[in-house]
Amino acid sequence: MVSEAGSRIVEVIKNNQKSLIDELLLNMKKKVIRLDKNAEIEIVQQAKQLLMFLEIAISRGPLLDLESSTWDDTRQLLNDFSQNRAKQGFSPIETATFIFSFKEPLYKFLRESLIDNPQFLSEEIATTSLLFDELGLLTIASYQKAREQVILRQQQELLELSTPVVQLWQNVLALPLIGTLDSARTQVVMESLLQKIVETGALIAIIDITGVPTVDTLVAQHLLKTIAAARLMGADCIISGIRPQIAQTIVHLGVNLEDVITKATLADAFLIALKKTGSSITNS
Amino acid sequence: MERIPILRMGKLLLVTIQVDMHDQLAMTLQDDLTERIVKEKATGVLIDISALDIVDSFIGRMISNTAAMAKILDAKTVVVGMQPAVAITLVELGLTLDGVITALNVERGISLLGHTL
Repeated sequence: MVSEAGSRIVEVIKNNQKSLIDELLLNMKKKVIRLDKNAEIEIVQQAKQLLMFLEIAISRGPLLDLESSTWDDTRQLLNDFSQNRAKQGFSPIETATFIFSFKEPLYKFLRESLIDNPQFLSEEIATTSLLFDELGLLTIASYQKAREQVILRQQQELLELSTPVVQLWQNVLALPLIGTLDSARTQVVMESLLQKIVETGALIAIIDITGVPTVDTLVAQHLLKTIAAARLMGADCIISGIRPQIAQTIVHLGVNLEDVITKATLADAFLIALKKTGSSITNS
Repeated sequence: MERIPILRMGKLLLVTIQVDMHDQLAMTLQDDLTERIVKEKATGVLIDISALDIVDSFIGRMISNTAAMAKILDAKTVVVGMQPAVAITLVELGLTLDGVITALNVERGISLLGHTL
């Protein structure tokens, strides 16, 4: 009898595909996974495909080197699987359970088929265990990657959402800042402000920092940079919405806002802007 | 020899920079401009850089210097038409062109200098 590593696993997979999948489903249900009819069909399909790829990959070898090209199909399948799961909001445990649930039924069938060769049985079980651990890690890794992509996309969206530049009046723009100002956001804020200055030909930009929770030296520096850039484009800036604590912090930090007009509220800043641009509003 | 044209508009001089600046060109421009300011008795200089997509520290300093020279000759300098990307670059380089007046376009620059054509 040829007792090449992995040979019996291939045989077991080939001969018991149907019952393997049945037991897999049973196993998954016993654990945390909730399965409706559709999900069950999907799982069965994925399991079939996985078993098929595994059969090919194990028989071709190298057995435990998941990086090699023999495992391309398997890797691709698991990648898609975990990414879908991540998007559907499954937990990582639920995702990995799919892989780990294969172990028990496989052990069972291996035991049945190798009952007269305990030495080889234990070797094959060890191999299976190692292999499925690797596959499990792979699913977790791609699950994590998918989640990271989601977070990255959300970050991007947040960046765009949180920096609107609005035109208040002819020649007057307002830039209501909300949230902390880091370098990446300053860059976006600066770009959209300057773009809007070009589009509208504004003379005054009011930067409202009511929604900025804290102002440290870095944030102040970013603000000053934005103001300097706007000035180079021929627009003056007014900072408004400075809360009492923030005024205190700015002075304590020794930040120099001497050359910038500052106002407590957006309304005050707007009045100044109107005066500077030669417009006025009166009650009728 | 390559030269940057200087146009006269009443009491104003308009310099439009459209090519990459290098040392020699900058020197020639400063020579020409100071000479013209004296000759035309100009009271204002507009430097239009709307055609420049890239401004490095050299051009930034050149503009500052030119403005300072014009000021000594009693002519106000306004830099007009800076692209947003250029403004961001200059700020990142720490060149905020203090002492230079800036305007969005030539029209604004002229009204800043208090002249009507």
